Amino acid sequence: MVAELVTGKTLVSTTINGEPVEFMCEPRESLLEVLRDTLRLTGSKEGCNNGNCGACSVILDGRLVNSCCVLGIEIAGSEVTTIEGLATADGLHSVQEAFLEGAALQCGICTPGFIVATKALLDKNPNPTETEIRYWLAGNLCRCTGYDKIVRAVQQAASGTGT
Amino acid sequence: MAVTRDEPIKTDDFDVIGTSPVRHDGVDKVTGRALYGADIHLPGMAHGKVLRSPHAHAVIRAIDTSKAEALPGVVAVITGADFPDPGEHMTQAGEGGAQSIINKSADIMARGKAHYAGHPIAAVAARDLPTAEAALALIEVDYEVLPPVMSAEAAMAAGAPIIMPDLRTDEDGAELDGETNVSEHSVAEEGDLAAGFAAADFIIETEYFTSPVHQGYIEPMNGTAWWRGDGTLDIWGSSQGHFGIRGEVSELLLIPVSKIRVMPMEIGGGFGGKTTSYLEPLAAVLSRKSARPVKMTMTREEVLKATGPTPGTREKVKLGVSNAGKITAAHVNLYFEAGGFPGSVLGAGVITALSPYALENMRVDGYEVLVNKTHTGAYRAPGATMSEYAVETAVDEACERLGMDPTEFRLLNASQEGDLRVDGLPFPKMGTVETTRAIQDSAHWRTPLEPAAEPHLRRGRGMASGYWMNGGGMSSAQAIVNADGTVTLREGSMDIGGTRTSIAMQLAETLGIDVLDVIPVVPDTDSIAFTGVTGGSRTTYATGMAAQLAAEDVLRQMVAGLAEVWGVAADDIAYENSTFAAGDNAASFKEAAALLDDADILVTGKTSIAPTRPGPAIAVHAADVEVDIETGKVQILRYTAAQDVGTAIYPPYVEGQIQGGAVQGIGWALNEEYWYDDDGLLRNSTLLDYRMPTAPDVPMIDAVIVEVPNPGHPYGVRGVGEAPIVPPPAAIANAIYDAIGIRLRTLPMSPPRIIAALANNTKE
Amino acid sequence: MRAINYAAPTMVEDAVRILRENGAGARIFAGGTDLIVQVRENTRDVDVMVDAKGIEELTRVEIGADGSVTLGAAVPCYQIAGDDAIVAAFPGLIDAAGIIGGTAIQGRASLGGNLCNSSPAADGIPALIVHGATANIAGPDGRRSVAVADFCTGPGTNVLAAGEMLVSLTIPALVPNSGAHYLRFTPRNEMDIAVVGAGAQVVLDGDTIVSARIALGAVAPTPMYAAAADEALAGQPATEESYEAAAAAAQNAATPITDMRGTADFRNHLVAVLTKRALRGAVERAKGGAVNGR
Repeated sequence: MVAELVTGKTLVSTTINGEPVEFMCEPRESLLEVLRDTLRLTGSKEGCNNGNCGACSVILDGRLVNSCCVLGIEIAGSEVTTIEGLATADGLHSVQEAFLEGAALQCGICTPGFIVATKALLDKNPNPTETEIRYWLAGNLCRCTGYDKIVRAVQQAASGTGT
Repeated sequence: MAVTRDEPIKTDDFDVIGTSPVRHDGVDKVTGRALYGADIHLPGMAHGKVLRSPHAHAVIRAIDTSKAEALPGVVAVITGADFPDPGEHMTQAGEGGAQSIINKSADIMARGKAHYAGHPIAAVAARDLPTAEAALALIEVDYEVLPPVMSAEAAMAAGAPIIMPDLRTDEDGAELDGETNVSEHSVAEEGDLAAGFAAADFIIETEYFTSPVHQGYIEPMNGTAWWRGDGTLDIWGSSQGHFGIRGEVSELLLIPVSKIRVMPMEIGGGFGGKTTSYLEPLAAVLSRKSARPVKMTMTREEVLKATGPTPGTREKVKLGVSNAGKITAAHVNLYFEAGGFPGSVLGAGVITALSPYALENMRVDGYEVLVNKTHTGAYRAPGATMSEYAVETAVDEACERLGMDPTEFRLLNASQEGDLRVDGLPFPKMGTVETTRAIQDSAHWRTPLEPAAEPHLRRGRGMASGYWMNGGGMSSAQAIVNADGTVTLREGSMDIGGTRTSIAMQLAETLGIDVLDVIPVVPDTDSIAFTGVTGGSRTTYATGMAAQLAAEDVLRQMVAGLAEVWGVAADDIAYENSTFAAGDNAASFKEAAALLDDADILVTGKTSIAPTRPGPAIAVHAADVEVDIETGKVQILRYTAAQDVGTAIYPPYVEGQIQGGAVQGIGWALNEEYWYDDDGLLRNSTLLDYRMPTAPDVPMIDAVIVEVPNPGHPYGVRGVGEAPIVPPPAAIANAIYDAIGIRLRTLPMSPPRIIAALANNTKE
Repeated sequence: MRAINYAAPTMVEDAVRILRENGAGARIFAGGTDLIVQVRENTRDVDVMVDAKGIEELTRVEIGADGSVTLGAAVPCYQIAGDDAIVAAFPGLIDAAGIIGGTAIQGRASLGGNLCNSSPAADGIPALIVHGATANIAGPDGRRSVAVADFCTGPGTNVLAAGEMLVSLTIPALVPNSGAHYLRFTPRNEMDIAVVGAGAQVVLDGDTIVSARIALGAVAPTPMYAAAADEALAGQPATEESYEAAAAAAQNAATPITDMRGTADFRNHLVAVLTKRALRGAVERAKGGAVNGR
């Protein structure tokens, strides 16, 4: 913690997708800018840059957040999960599988945000109702699918994870 | 080459078509690996930003960029003076309607006048975005602010401010004298209108208004350009057609297409909005001036303020109807706001307005009018949703007057093969009747609506039809047989949402191989022959046909090669059940590929075609709504969308198109609108206040696939993507009427409008 | 985004010092869901952002022996809405805390930030007002408390003086036989800004309203306490007729404008509808019933 002013580029140490990461950032840079432009983790997308579309969703210390509304400097000492952290050497995450199998994407630009948000939901509530799914995902806009196949994919992923 | 088949080669018993493989690009898109335009980082890249007019209508007296140029870190500053005069020919990059190239040039960078708030005035490239933003603030612009004109009615009124003093009305092909904001009046007419109205037992005459709405793609516009020292140019961006962008940049900057290469990045939604260039030409000029790659991305506010939404419109509909339920005559007047420059989707609005119906006497007058709003563009079935919304609502009034089920009325008046469209062309085979019956027979339509649980909630049901003509156009495909028996499919269509697979499936079906043995690739513009924009619902139809024909070419070449290897006559080789056979010789497709490879025989099938018989799409939707009469809020309770898709090649993605189109239409019906203040400034340019539907706003959408194969495609394909946005506004308007007994005649049917309508109704 | 400086103090005293030393351009943030966007879009003049989440006092939730709750100004909404004790004691507060933004906003946004952002359409503020909440403020001259009803002074402005910061919010315990409810109208079901918001708290004696508090959002330059509506209800039976009278009083007090979120006429209409709905919900809870499952 810094009781004094940070006035320029600062070294930030954090954990992203389970790995220790260090980066330099100015206080004005958002976590989304750090991820995309500095760390080249471009899976998190910018759709609005003001918290209204969810394309930049990441999990910060266990909470779903819009990375465009977090400062990069804030995440010192935190744990961040991005879309790039879901699949492992063993294969895709069950939510990724469900979206793929269920045709729950068209253009794909909102897909990383929806998948991260769905993971955060199922981590908290493994058996959500359709209404709970729709309200949890209200901050993630999709303009292609009409949400039908996304909601079904979340239901499929939930049934796959068991209770 | 022209395609002249009369019937699809087969319509059932498919091995690949109609199945649901995982899409080829799927893993990249669920893991974040897929690269979109804004994901590009190039060595030494500068970042560009656009200075935009804060005024809706203003003369630009002077621009002083000297302070911006002097700011450390700024590498280039450009204004309209940096663009050549491109001449006056018409261009048509996408499906947004033809536009004069000089107007396109003045739209992407103002020349002497700001036609709308958000109009580009200058652009800057700098070492980073904050420096570029700081430089914009240092550019001094001397504006003479003029009064804005913000609606078609106001723009057509006597004494209205004139947006383009040189503009003259195109009166159905002839040029009228005098200053005007009306760029076009076109007429399409068949039969004897007066006689038709005279034969009517009653007349329905109504008027409608719609607001501009945006495509709302989630990926903002972006463009990156890198000019080499030898005068050649590379472009990365977000477009529905990389060849279209290449052509438009060539025309705007007066450089040959051969010197421009456009990379096919993934595209984060387009819906018609990404068929033309905004940033690519600016990035190119900034790159040339700064001798480094320049990347530009729009903010969401810029996307809403300064790219092409669909026009705001006014429609007057007059229907003559007999007591037997036949439409005896129809006359529609359409007034489309083009925005700050001429060129709009009016033509498609004229053609589609009456097309669900077989009419002997009909006329559509179309007026295109300039207003001080951003220049409009194409949005999914461009022009059709507004014009058919008006007609479909008027038809519901006729049904009510007749006491006739609206599906029955539509069956009685359905347009069918051989009937004339308003522009005089006969309709080809299409599923107007079949699709209407699909709704009439649906569980939804046959199950009575249950009453609402509380007295302030009212429920209603409505339906509407939609017609979209679909497009053909040029497509290219190349199929390379690999030694292991897989096939690399190179095709020129930008993939917005699954067309790599829907095209690959047609290739695989023809070749008799597994679709996952096809490797579909969309190469850059130097690496595949010309292919038109992914728009007009043409891609699975036209590029799919190209792939099918390329596959036939592959089979011919493989047979010829095997004839050589086996020492038999080509005519003696049969290919059935994925096996080549001649006498004792037999080889599966994969074995044949290996045999040919061993014999140094390479097989590459290829086609470039321009098919002309896309086959129209008919969509018929039913909606149940619940209206809160205290707040005016409308909730969609149940929604069924039936559509004639010809043949469903890739069913889950066919359903996805229908569901997505329906929900876009629901947003258009209920809440989406451009909200301008009295100064002509757009005040809801965020995704919070431009209210597209979120997941809790809609129910599951029941997609009903109807298959009336298109005789103009070897597998019977019709375009799917656009038609489903057409019916929702009218279906919902008709459902709201059923719920509360009031006709809403302005879109969106937002809560304030519903409350105002209820209040007026009470007063009456 | 313009260049800014950043600090993350761990003590209120340090935060106050930083605010004082850096003048009007210094601003506290917690979730940043309003402030980061405002700085990026140049709608607030800020050059020092002071992160409050490292200050323990601002992240604490304390339930007093008297049943009151004191919420640290930086406690995020998801934590409030997920705290069983707060949900049980103050369901009417959860009505608001649970709808400030979608899931990802809930993970960061705080009620304290919602108050300090001082939007006329803030969901949290009418709910705090009807609960009689107090804003606890620290500054160069020590500590003071201000009623939330008196906190906002205009769109985006409030009583915080130079160097001052919000530390916490104290919500007094509800008296027996009382209940509160907040609701808003938005065209979308989520991810939307209140076109009108209305909160109500009532104290009942049998079927008689002993006292009531009504507050409204998005119909005046600040979220407003509608005292006239209280007067219309005091001593009246808990009936639709009384709610109508309160709704009329609330309409009288409201001064809505037309903007992209709704017309003045529509807002005026909604004031009556939502005031009545808020009262019905508050009475239901006062009688021991549940609204929204709480």
